[in-house]
Amino acid sequence: MKIAVAIDGSENAMRAAKHAIMLAEYLPRVTLEIIYVQDFSKAKDERLLEQSSESLALKREQKMQPILAMAKEAAVEAKVIILRGNPSEEIINYVNEKKIDKLVIGSRGLNSFQEMVLGSVSHKVMKHVVCPVTVVK
Amino acid sequence: MQTLQQQWFGNVRADILAGIVVGLALIPEALAFAFIVGVDPRVALYASFTIAVITAFVGGRPGLISAATGAMALVLVSLMADHGLEYVLAATILTGIIQLILGSLGVANLMRFIPNSVMLGFVNALGIMIFMTQLPYLIGSGTMTYVFAVVTLILVYAVPRFFTLIPAPLIAIVVMTAIALFSGVRLQSIGDLGTMPSSLPTFFFPNIPLNVETLKIILPYSLALSIVGLLESLLTSQVLDDMTDTPSNKNREARGQGIANFITGFFGGMAGCALIGQSVINVKSGGRGRLSTLTAGAFLMFLIIVLGDLVVKIPMPVLAGVMVMVAATTFNWGSFKFLRSAPRSESIVMLITVAIILYTHNLAIGVVIGVVLSALFFVAKISRVSVTNKAGIYKVQGPLFFASTTRFIQAFDNINEKQIVIDFENSQLWDESAVGAILKVVTKLESKGTTVTIRGLNTSSEQLYEKLL
Repeated sequence: MKIAVAIDGSENAMRAAKHAIMLAEYLPRVTLEIIYVQDFSKAKDERLLEQSSESLALKREQKMQPILAMAKEAAVEAKVIILRGNPSEEIINYVNEKKIDKLVIGSRGLNSFQEMVLGSVSHKVMKHVVCPVTVVK
Repeated sequence: MQTLQQQWFGNVRADILAGIVVGLALIPEALAFAFIVGVDPRVALYASFTIAVITAFVGGRPGLISAATGAMALVLVSLMADHGLEYVLAATILTGIIQLILGSLGVANLMRFIPNSVMLGFVNALGIMIFMTQLPYLIGSGTMTYVFAVVTLILVYAVPRFFTLIPAPLIAIVVMTAIALFSGVRLQSIGDLGTMPSSLPTFFFPNIPLNVETLKIILPYSLALSIVGLLESLLTSQVLDDMTDTPSNKNREARGQGIANFITGFFGGMAGCALIGQSVINVKSGGRGRLSTLTAGAFLMFLIIVLGDLVVKIPMPVLAGVMVMVAATTFNWGSFKFLRSAPRSESIVMLITVAIILYTHNLAIGVVIGVVLSALFFVAKISRVSVTNKAGIYKVQGPLFFASTTRFIQAFDNINEKQIVIDFENSQLWDESAVGAILKVVTKLESKGTTVTIRGLNTSSEQLYEKLL
């Protein structure tokens, strides 16, 4: 069985990841896929706010590490999937293509202004993903 | 790195589609940049065509979109006002030569030395200046001007929520122009300010006297254009490298920018560089290869020749509305958070860069001063040296070089012991000043009757010490 959790470094995503790990702990023969999408819309601003591409890579790694550590502690087999593009589209495509059995996602991400303009990622993902979805508050 | 064939034909379908999207999106910006400089729209449209087409072949970053840009336009404003178009073209040609030389010398390797605080200052000042240039088209021209500008802005931000295939600014322009035409509202239009070209650009030599006087006039502008153009182009290359997770040849990109500007000047186009916004749109739309850039340039020219008569009907308030959005996207809104969380020296560099650019209206001066300032801050930061005494053993902490020797010498001002040891285990001697400072301390102490032992010098410090003493 394949469980996936989509994360973006927010508190909300952290809670989603905790929940996904908890689910994985109770299931036999399960793998957890941690999906992180590098958002094209943020590429320019993120690059400018970091000193170098190395420090940018470090910031991304820092979003992953606590979750991987939690998974390891819970003895859950986890792997990181990095995608690039529009977050909702990339998550939907990946989850549907790779036949993920369950997706866990946080209810809202980092930026409320973008949410207002573009609509929330979790809402869009929920509508278009074929597997069951858990939205974590 | 990919082979040339992959760079051209590895992504044909998506490249052509993305190129068409970008070609469309380039038009309003090119028009607005022409008005910023005060030249006929033709000058910016020709530039966008030739620069895009040439960089498609000679650029170092596949998928990068180069054309007429706001940053370059802002540098050219006073040259155009004081000396006219022929000098703008001559400055463009010279910019090409300078960029080509710099690219051949490996200028891209210097990008490492430009801190992100300066880059942030650059884009923020650019955003503010583009916004300011639009105010004359918005303020004091009657209520309908405001209405059209505001509705355009709302469309630009609201449309992507429902529809993302065609860039929102374009939809807004088409819809608002149609409304203006059918409602018969009188608004200033692009046709009132300039004419559209109806043919492809042709080769000609700028009509200027070829003497030292001319060089004196254009050289400062060409230097500024070279700096601004390379900065924005290399920054954009980095952003695309990051987005696509592929490497690119930055020095080739610098040379490519030079070749493109050099040729563009002879075809009646103004200097340009890479556009961050349009390059991001290209990648978002699926563009990855050189074909996308070529398509963008060619399609832009095709549209202008075919639709020129319609383009002149676009009302200025609508174009200004779109440009307000461009300004807002250029501005880095994360900067406010940056100011709160970054080290104070970096915040100061960012603010001073912005302030200087807004004061001098010259992006290049702001960048140069910003880089110098951050270098000074860096020297100040690493020049902290401290000396701690523990039972006659004086431990030196921090690098010893011209900027840190004063502190080092002062630390030994009040020594009364008969015998001391100076331990350099946690230090490094960098230059003559360091060795000179040690000598000075030793001589002074020995004249007071104190015996001094030096120890803990690492190998390179030891060598320097022996060599100079």
